[in-house]
Amino acid sequence: MPTRELHIAAFAVVALACVTPAQAQGPYGIGRSATPAEIAGWNIDIDRYGNNLPPGSGSVSHGREVFDQQCAACHGAKGEGGIGDQLVGGQGTLATPKPVRTVGSYWPYAPTLFDYIRRAMPQNAPQSLSNDDVYAVSGYVLNLNGLLPADATLDARTLGAIKMPNRSMFVDDPRPDVKNPACMTGC
Amino acid sequence: MTEPTDIDNDIGVTSRRGFLRKGGALVGGAVIAGGLAGGEALGADESAHNLPPKVPEWMKTPGDPMGSQLYGTPSPFEKSVIKNIPKDLSQYLSASGRTPLQDLDGIITPNGLFYERHHAGVPTIDPAQHRLMLHGLVDKPLIFAMDDIRRFPSQSQIYFLECSGNPGYKKPYGKTASDLVGLVGCAEWTGVSLKLVLQEAGLQAGAKWVVAEGADAAALTRSIPIEKCLDDAMLVYSQNGERLRPQQGYPLRLLLPGFEGNMSVKWLRRLRVAAEPTYSREETSKYSDLMPDGSAREFTFYMEAKSIITRPSGGQRLSAPGFHEISGIAWSGRGKIRRVDVSVDDGKSWQEAQLQEPVLTRALTRFRLPWHWDGQPAVIQSRAIDETGYVQPTLAELLAVRGENYFYHNNAIWPWRIAAGGEVTNANA
Repeated sequence: MPTRELHIAAFAVVALACVTPAQAQGPYGIGRSATPAEIAGWNIDIDRYGNNLPPGSGSVSHGREVFDQQCAACHGAKGEGGIGDQLVGGQGTLATPKPVRTVGSYWPYAPTLFDYIRRAMPQNAPQSLSNDDVYAVSGYVLNLNGLLPADATLDARTLGAIKMPNRSMFVDDPRPDVKNPACMTGC
Repeated sequence: MTEPTDIDNDIGVTSRRGFLRKGGALVGGAVIAGGLAGGEALGADESAHNLPPKVPEWMKTPGDPMGSQLYGTPSPFEKSVIKNIPKDLSQYLSASGRTPLQDLDGIITPNGLFYERHHAGVPTIDPAQHRLMLHGLVDKPLIFAMDDIRRFPSQSQIYFLECSGNPGYKKPYGKTASDLVGLVGCAEWTGVSLKLVLQEAGLQAGAKWVVAEGADAAALTRSIPIEKCLDDAMLVYSQNGERLRPQQGYPLRLLLPGFEGNMSVKWLRRLRVAAEPTYSREETSKYSDLMPDGSAREFTFYMEAKSIITRPSGGQRLSAPGFHEISGIAWSGRGKIRRVDVSVDDGKSWQEAQLQEPVLTRALTRFRLPWHWDGQPAVIQSRAIDETGYVQPTLAELLAVRGENYFYHNNAIWPWRIAAGGEVTNANA
């Protein structure tokens, strides 16, 4: 059928466009199409629900090994901080004069841990850990904060399901919130 | 509070120029009537042979030939005017360096002195190998080379850029204008309207945010509301007429006028159009503002109206009673500066300062007030009012609402105390 042939032809064109860099057709005709493979290679964003988390998994116990080798030098043997941020503790301190903001006390979403570690850590070699290692070390940091059992294994599903203790404490920006009456004389 | 080591605000930095000025005043022992004592006084005696009625030595021999400097640098006599880098940080990969505001005039910050904030060092990027990817909720995902970006219709705009934490809320407060609010600069930025680039790909229904990512070792990621992206946001490749410096995002950066600086992602490599923010580490655990009750404000984009007197300011010294011009800078992320008030009597009364044209939206505005110092101790300060009617608050007013742990978006009035001897110090310190 002609219609069917047209569909096949159209599909072939689309498929070709997906694998071959082609001139794009925007108002200015500037730039070229990004292929799905190119996008997949660069798009490492993980949202708060864990969307776009990669396949793989890692255990808390393996995470401890990764942490000792890759993280402890800056973040302390138990995540207590050093050159790098304190990662553990601080729960219950945010409303006190000395708040301690850590993954456990402050971060609202657990998948952000995977996103950040993969894109930026370890600082001397970001994007060098395997996805399994990132799952493992994310799990270990959560375990140190009392948010994951020591015998747990983390993957896309289980990481997205973790509820962080401080999740409900983030509010929208209400500014301008401070008023100065702008007194001119006799102030 | 256990401060993260990775913070935007560095306390207790001492201006090298301020130090030299004090030293110069001691060594030189001379003052120039009616002006600021300082470097000018240093060595006044040994250079007397260049003063009237003698002919100065630099008129008696030819100067350096053309081509002595293929990229010009300041006079060697200005070598103390440098970025204000804290001396005591535990690491310098995620750190900030400040503009020496008290040593600058006008509203344009020289590129070499523009403040810096990096989250994983300054990458060296070959522009021929740099790409910007635009994908997500668009009709046509696109990749642009730098030559492509420069083919778009261009625009040049003067905007300030300011770090969110400039400064913090806790003591000790800085000694100089640079220590206090040196994480701000203002430049003419050239690039393309982000709106044009987004339209090139075609926005789809549900496009509410654009997630921007840098090509640095932090792959720094921030989410920007689509309204801002379709308003005055720019993709920038030049600053003050020349290509961006590496420290400012070479070869390509985002520029979001009036928004906190870290959102103007440097070394920009990717824009993902999305229905939701990405809730990156930076926009949740870092650039959020902790309230006294333990709640935290997130997505706090705007830098509110602010001003500071840069001359005379902390670390400087008035050499003698008499005429002194008070001069400073004011700015607001919400638009133009409408008015700047100055007080010279510790806040008891205020008078309107002169604004130097042009007064541009979301740019530094220079203000001035002629002043006759009677030689008595005084406290001087400025307060900015923007076109929305918002008035720059005092530190006490800010602390009463936000508490000391808020950390970012401190736009307090900073008063300077002038002692009988002319020394200028931070009156809040």
